[in-house]
Amino acid sequence: MSSPTSSAEVYQGPPHVHHMDPVTAYGAAKLGMWLFLATEILLFAGLFVAFAIYRWMYLGEFHDASLNLNWKLGTFNTIVLLISSYFAAVAVDAAQHADNKKVSRCLMITIACGAIFLVVKYIEYSAKYQHGLFPQFGGPNGIEFERYKSYFGLYYCMTGLHGLHVILGMGLLFWALRKAQKNRFSAAYYTPVEIGALYWHLVDLIWIYLFPLLYLVG
Amino acid sequence: MSTHTAAHGSHEGQDINYLNHQKGLWSWLTSVDHKRIGILYLLSITLFFILGGIAALFMRTELAFAGPTLKFLTPQMYNVLFTLHGAVMIFIFVVPGIPATMGNFLLPLMIGAKDVAFPRLNLFSYYIYLAGALLALFAVFWGVIEARSLEGALDTGWTFYAPYSIDSGTSVTLMAGAAFVLGFSSILTGLNFVVTIHKLRAPGMTWGRLPVFVWATYATAVIQTLATPVIGITLALLMMERIFGVGIFNADMGGDPVLFQHFFWFYSHPVVYIMVLPAFGVVAEIIPVFSRKPIFGYRAVCYATLAIAFIGFTVWAHHMLVAGISDTSAIFFSIITFAVAIPTAIKVFNWVSTMYRGSISFDTPMLYAMAFVFLFMIAGTTGIYLATLAIDVFYHDTYFVVAHFHYTIQGGAVIGLIAALHFWFPKMSGKMYNETVAKFAFALVFIGFNLTFLPQFGLGMMGMPRRYYDYPIEFETLHTWSTVGAFLNGFGYTFALVNLAYSALFGKVKASSNPYNSLSLEWQTKSPPIHENFEEIPVITEWTYGYGKPLPNTHH
Repeated sequence: MSSPTSSAEVYQGPPHVHHMDPVTAYGAAKLGMWLFLATEILLFAGLFVAFAIYRWMYLGEFHDASLNLNWKLGTFNTIVLLISSYFAAVAVDAAQHADNKKVSRCLMITIACGAIFLVVKYIEYSAKYQHGLFPQFGGPNGIEFERYKSYFGLYYCMTGLHGLHVILGMGLLFWALRKAQKNRFSAAYYTPVEIGALYWHLVDLIWIYLFPLLYLVG
Repeated sequence: MSTHTAAHGSHEGQDINYLNHQKGLWSWLTSVDHKRIGILYLLSITLFFILGGIAALFMRTELAFAGPTLKFLTPQMYNVLFTLHGAVMIFIFVVPGIPATMGNFLLPLMIGAKDVAFPRLNLFSYYIYLAGALLALFAVFWGVIEARSLEGALDTGWTFYAPYSIDSGTSVTLMAGAAFVLGFSSILTGLNFVVTIHKLRAPGMTWGRLPVFVWATYATAVIQTLATPVIGITLALLMMERIFGVGIFNADMGGDPVLFQHFFWFYSHPVVYIMVLPAFGVVAEIIPVFSRKPIFGYRAVCYATLAIAFIGFTVWAHHMLVAGISDTSAIFFSIITFAVAIPTAIKVFNWVSTMYRGSISFDTPMLYAMAFVFLFMIAGTTGIYLATLAIDVFYHDTYFVVAHFHYTIQGGAVIGLIAALHFWFPKMSGKMYNETVAKFAFALVFIGFNLTFLPQFGLGMMGMPRRYYDYPIEFETLHTWSTVGAFLNGFGYTFALVNLAYSALFGKVKASSNPYNSLSLEWQTKSPPIHENFEEIPVITEWTYGYGKPLPNTHH
C-alpha cells in the first residue's frame, strides 16, 4: 500500500489515507457509521416516546385519526422499501466481489425505490392537505387537524423526518453509485457501499416501525 | 510508513512544526490537522466566553443594588441578558469547551496517532459549530431588529421551557435552530473521538495504559454521541411547534409541556458531564505531574469516569422534582442522583491521595487543579442538598441552584479549561507564559469566583428566586458582594487570557519539549509538535503515570 501506482485509473486499491492503514480505515468507517445509526435511533426515540405517551392519553382520538390514513399506500411503500433494502444488500455483496456493474445496477434500483417512496408520500400528504388535515403555517390550525389532538402533528414530524432521511440516504447511495461507475470497488475496498447500505437499512427499519404504529394500530 | 517532508524537521535551528509548516489564513481555515482545528475552536469559544461574560457582568451590575441600577436596562432586557448568558455559555462555550479544544489537540498526541479517525469530518464539524454560533448571533440580531430593542432577542432562559417558548415573541425559533446545529457539531466530534480511541491507539497503548484524560474524553464522547440527538429532536419539535403548531408540547391541543422538560433534561443533565468529565481528566493529568507521584487508584478513576457517564443518563428528572412528576419517580430520581456522588467522591479521593506525601510544586496549572478539587467539592456537596426531595422544594429556582451549578460549571469546567490551557500551553504554542502574571490572575479568579457565588448560596437559603430583575432590600448586602466578586473574577480571566495570548504571540521564552518532566506521550514529541505529531509512530511499553518509583504492574 505504500508503493504509489503510476496511473490513478488502473489503481484498484483503497484510497490512500495518510494516517491509517486500509484495514483500520475500513473498521473506523464502519464503527463510525454504527455510532451514527445509534444517534439516529435516539433522534427518532423522542418521537416514538411522544407517540406512546399521547396514544395512551388519547386512545380514541388516535384510533379515529389513523382511519384517515390510506393503509394500502402505506403497505405499498413498505414493500417498496423492503425491495430497496434487498438491492442495497446485494450491492454490498457485489462490491465485495468487485462486480462494479452489478453494484451500479443495484444501487440505481435502490435509489429509484427511494424516489417511488417519496412520490407516494407526496400523494398521501396531498390527500391530507385537501381534507384539512394539515397544520397551518404560522396561523391557528383547522378544527379537523386539532380534533385528533397531536396525532397529525406527530404523523408529519415522524414521516417528515423519515422522508428527510430517505433523501439523505439516496444522496449517500448516489455517492457510492458514482464510485461504482468509476470501477472503484474491490474485495479490498468497498467501504462506501457498505456504510451507505447500513444507513439505508436503518431508514428502512425506522419505516418498518412507523408503518404499523401510524397506519395499522393507530 | 510516512515519507512526508515535515517528518524531517531539523533538530536545531529552523524548526518546522504544525504552526508554521503552512502559512496564511487559508491554510488554517482549510486545515484538517486536529491541532489546528483545536486552536480554531479555542479562538472561537474564547470570543463567545467574552460575550457571555459581558452579559453576566451587566446582570451583576444591575443586581448590585436594590431597585433599578442601570438606567437603560429594563426588566425585559434583563430577561434577555440571562437567557443569552446561559445559551451562549452552555451551547457555544462550555459544551465544545474542553473536548473540542483540548480534546482535539491532545487526543491523537496522547494515544500516539497522527490525527483523529476522520480528519475531514473534524473540520466539517468545526464549520457546523461556526454556522451554529453565527446563527445564534443572527437570532439575537434578528430579534433586536424586529423589536427595535434588545428586548426582542430571546427571553425564555437557556432552557427554552414550553409553553412560554411556544408563545414568546422573541427569536426563539432561530435560536433553537442554532442550538440544533451546534448539537450536530457536538455529535460528530464525539463520534470522531470514540472511533479514534477505538481504532488509532499506537502499538502498546492498551486500554489499561491510556491517560485518564483519554478515558474522560472517551466517556464524554459517548455522552455527546448518545444524548445530543435527543435535544436535537426536542428543539426541532419546538421549532415545528412555533412554525406549524403541531401540538406536541402545547396544552391547548392536548400536548404536555412537562414532556418537553423530560426531553430537554434527558440531554441537558448528561450535558453537565460533557462539560465536567473532561475537566476531571485534565486535573488527573496535572496532579500526578506536579506531585511527582503515580495517580492513585488508576483503575478506580477510569471506572468512576465511565460510571458517572452511565449514571448521568438516568438522573435527568431531578431537575423536575417540583414540576408535578409522581412521588414514586421523584424518589427514584433522588436516590439515583445520590448515587452519582459515589464515583465522583472516588475521584476526589484519588486526586487527594495522589497529592498525599507527594513532592508538590505549586505551578499555575497545579494551583488551578487544586482550586478545581476544592470548588468541585462544594459543587458536589450542594448538589446532594438539591437532590434531597424535601430540601429541593425550598431551594428549587433559588440562587442556591444558581450558585450550585456555577460551582460545577465555572468552578469545574471553566477552571478545568483554564488549568488545561496553562498546562499544555508550552506544547500548543512552543512558548512559556509569564508565571507571575498567571499566579496573580489565578488569585483574582479564585477569590473573585468564591466572592461571587458563596453569597449566592446565602441568598438562596434566604429565599431569593433566580432570574429576578429586582429584590427586597434585605438581599442587598449579599448581592453587592456577589457583584464585586463577579468583577474580580472577570478581571482574573482577563489577566489570564491576555497573559496567554501575549506569551503565545510575543513571548520570548521558548518551551522545551517537556518542561514539566511529564511521562505522558504528548510531552515526548516536540513543542510545538510537528504536523504529523511524531517523527515515527511510538511504541508504548510503559504505563503513563510511573512517577517516582519503578513502574507499577497494571494487571494487563
